[in-house]
Amino acid sequence: MIELIRIDERLLHGQVVVGWGQRLDLDHYVVADDDLAVSDWEQDLYAGGLPESATALFLTVEAAVARFRKLDGRAGRGALLTRTTAAMRSLAGAGVLDGRAVNVGCLGAGEGRSRVLDYVHLRPDEAEDLRAIAERAGPVAARDLPSSPEVGLERMLDALAR
Amino acid sequence: MTAAPVVGVVVGHGHLAAALVGAVERISGVRNALLPVSNESCSPQELRRLVEEAVEDRRAVIFVDMASGSCAFAGHQVGRSRPDVAVVTGANLPMLLDFVFHRDMSVAALAERVAGKGRVALESHAPAEPEAP
Repeated sequence: MIELIRIDERLLHGQVVVGWGQRLDLDHYVVADDDLAVSDWEQDLYAGGLPESATALFLTVEAAVARFRKLDGRAGRGALLTRTTAAMRSLAGAGVLDGRAVNVGCLGAGEGRSRVLDYVHLRPDEAEDLRAIAERAGPVAARDLPSSPEVGLERMLDALAR
Repeated sequence: MTAAPVVGVVVGHGHLAAALVGAVERISGVRNALLPVSNESCSPQELRRLVEEAVEDRRAVIFVDMASGSCAFAGHQVGRSRPDVAVVTGANLPMLLDFVFHRDMSVAALAERVAGKGRVALESHAPAEPEAP
């Protein structure tokens, strides 16, 4: 089953593979990203950071939608990751995430983004994506690591508005 | 004409890169051979920009703390487009100390050399296992 559904522009990095991976005992990762799905060298680099016992599957968003139920029914404990809020919104919009919580991880500082938390920075269109995900899927909350406090969407949006 | 010395760019999580560079400078007395870059609060695009900014148009070795993850990714993205830039993963103090004294070598030979120095610095000194009764 997919235990963690997360937006994180660093994808398979230490916080995901070590922080969440060890806590949830994750053994497979599904990355839904159109660019990464066609880039072998980037896939190799990301997969190189996984423990030997874990696997990674890189799919386009469309393919992830088509295969979600099968992947969710797979034995073991998995994570579904997108690099962008827009990709997660597409998954939610397709109806495959109904009732599922969506975790927000690293979205770093960048052009047009405002700081929400130390590890979350959002553009207005990304905030809108998160609202749409919460309406269509389940609760949206930020938490970089399992040991960190969870910050709900409303608090994130309040911080953005200030 | 002699080529300018190779510059080292250390890319790491949190304060690690600055700490490594500071330690190298304190031990070797060599300054400005290594530049630290932190991934703290950076988007992947921003981190890549910071690495490119540190490298400039110079010959460089990019040292990254782990073989995968955001720092490695930024290093490889910059290195892939530059024949005069190498990437060395698993950055540690012994390889960085060796680097600052051999910056006139070719980038490829220097990267191979320092990776070897870093590798041989890894040792385990564990207590002997008690014998089974």
